[in-house]
Amino acid sequence: MKKLECIIRPHKLEEVRDALDKMDVHGMTVTEVRGFGRQKGHTEHYRGVEYKAEFQPKLKLEILVRDNQVAETMKAVQDAAKTGKFGDGKIFFTDVQDVLRIRTGDRGEQAL
Amino acid sequence: MTTKMSGARRWFPLAILLTLMFNGTAFAQAPSEGPSPADLKVMLDTLWVMMTAFLVFWMNAGFGCVESGLCRAKNATNILAKNFIVFAFSAIAYWIIGFGIMFAEGNSFLGMGGLLLSGADNSPATGDAYQGIFTSLNWTGVPLLAKFFFQLVFAGTAATIVSGCVAERIHYKSFIIFTLVLAGLSYPITGHWIWGGGWLAAMGMRDFAGSTVVHAVGGWSGLAGILILGPRIGKYRKDGSVQPIPGHSMALVFLGGLILWLGWFGFNPGSTMAADPRAITHVAMTTNLACCMAILSSTLMAWIMLGKPDFSMTVNGALAGLVAITAPCAFVSVTSSAIIGLIAGVIVVFAVLFFDKRKIDDPVGALSVHLANGIWGTLAVGLFATADAPGGGANGLFNGGGFASLQAQAIGTLAVGAFTFALALTAWTIIKLVLGLRVDPEDEERGLDLSEMGMEAYPHDPVRG
Repeated sequence: MKKLECIIRPHKLEEVRDALDKMDVHGMTVTEVRGFGRQKGHTEHYRGVEYKAEFQPKLKLEILVRDNQVAETMKAVQDAAKTGKFGDGKIFFTDVQDVLRIRTGDRGEQAL
Repeated sequence: MTTKMSGARRWFPLAILLTLMFNGTAFAQAPSEGPSPADLKVMLDTLWVMMTAFLVFWMNAGFGCVESGLCRAKNATNILAKNFIVFAFSAIAYWIIGFGIMFAEGNSFLGMGGLLLSGADNSPATGDAYQGIFTSLNWTGVPLLAKFFFQLVFAGTAATIVSGCVAERIHYKSFIIFTLVLAGLSYPITGHWIWGGGWLAAMGMRDFAGSTVVHAVGGWSGLAGILILGPRIGKYRKDGSVQPIPGHSMALVFLGGLILWLGWFGFNPGSTMAADPRAITHVAMTTNLACCMAILSSTLMAWIMLGKPDFSMTVNGALAGLVAITAPCAFVSVTSSAIIGLIAGVIVVFAVLFFDKRKIDDPVGALSVHLANGIWGTLAVGLFATADAPGGGANGLFNGGGFASLQAQAIGTLAVGAFTFALALTAWTIIKLVLGLRVDPEDEERGLDLSEMGMEAYPHDPVRG
């Protein structure tokens, strides 16, 4: 099993969700986050003084999938979240040792 | 006995004060009897007009809260700023040319004169004693500046309606320019037709506090803006179905709704422009009852049709009832006001669903409130009017007056609608060509707070050096 952590533009959430709905993916966790990458921050103004807000608002999605779903899931997220400009975000994937469904006690892929 | 004593003691200081006051005047001039009844009437009428005008002014706060609450957090500063600045620009435009176009003598289509409030005027003289160029306002016995201020806050209200329609996608500067056109030109012209002694007034059209003059005019202008701007990004899915874009603060919507409700007790009862006990209490009663009935019906409609008692529909319903009763408030019975409000609450829910379906993206429901119910309220005069109400005048259809009044109301609605819509469409188009109207898609997605204002409404205190 793998965990995909996807950093995306906030307004792309619906499209990503719609794309994942069409696949065999049954859940995600969404967090509002702030950070920076190549897009850097943005400039704001306050009472005549310009300042740099170093961190952009983004969303972080955490999605658990079976090993054989990783490629298509990443492709689906990429296609849905892409605008082609700096700031589109990134996807990280990592191994997941085990999963437990709290309600039933199911373990592993059974619990996805 | 004891109580009588303490009563006398309580009045003692006042008696001294009165003695001193009369002695003071006695020194200054020959013994006087104090203000005459006529002077007192001017004083009380002026107090009433100014106090209610201040309430109407405060409606800007209500609109700002409702509109920003029904939009997303990323656009909140922009919407609040629009609602704040719109009154300043309307006031300037209305002072320079608007008031003159609306109320100065001229022809039946346009007032000519009154630039910068210039021209003869001997207010507070009324009726035949009035000598000046603002004859259409000679029925109210208050100073000219009281008349101006009261009318100004109404012009500001019409202008602020538009900001909700075009929210979350329009350039700040383009909106401001349109405000000048609306408050300085469009609103005063159609206002002249109805309130300035123009052709619709002569025809018998009646609009007590502005269902058409203020609200439908704001609505038509906003509709033209929406059609040229198009829907917000993300409002419609690829298959054409509606993607709801929830507002960010129902707490703001709540507060704004109550501020507007309170403001309406200035808007309608103040339009008597005189401290007339019977009229202002009647109007306050009809205004409040229509609002309450509309709250009831809009909430029920939402509950039945949408499955939940949607609170945003409850607030829209309250405003719908208030807009609908604005024209008839002094011309109809209390019972009729309840029916008018009841229907307004139904109309607003259907209108919201209708506009959404037709891809007319109105983020705050301003069209459903101000346009749909501005029309309904204007027509309601022709249906429910009764000569027994404080406003007097012809009976409506349901009170044996036949179709005459209804016909005048309908012609007025159509004429003002067609003129305002055409003028607004032209103005929006010119502004679009010269300045641009809609922000870039990228900026719209980032939010207008960052792209237009450079300032977030709710900044996360960023970690920075």
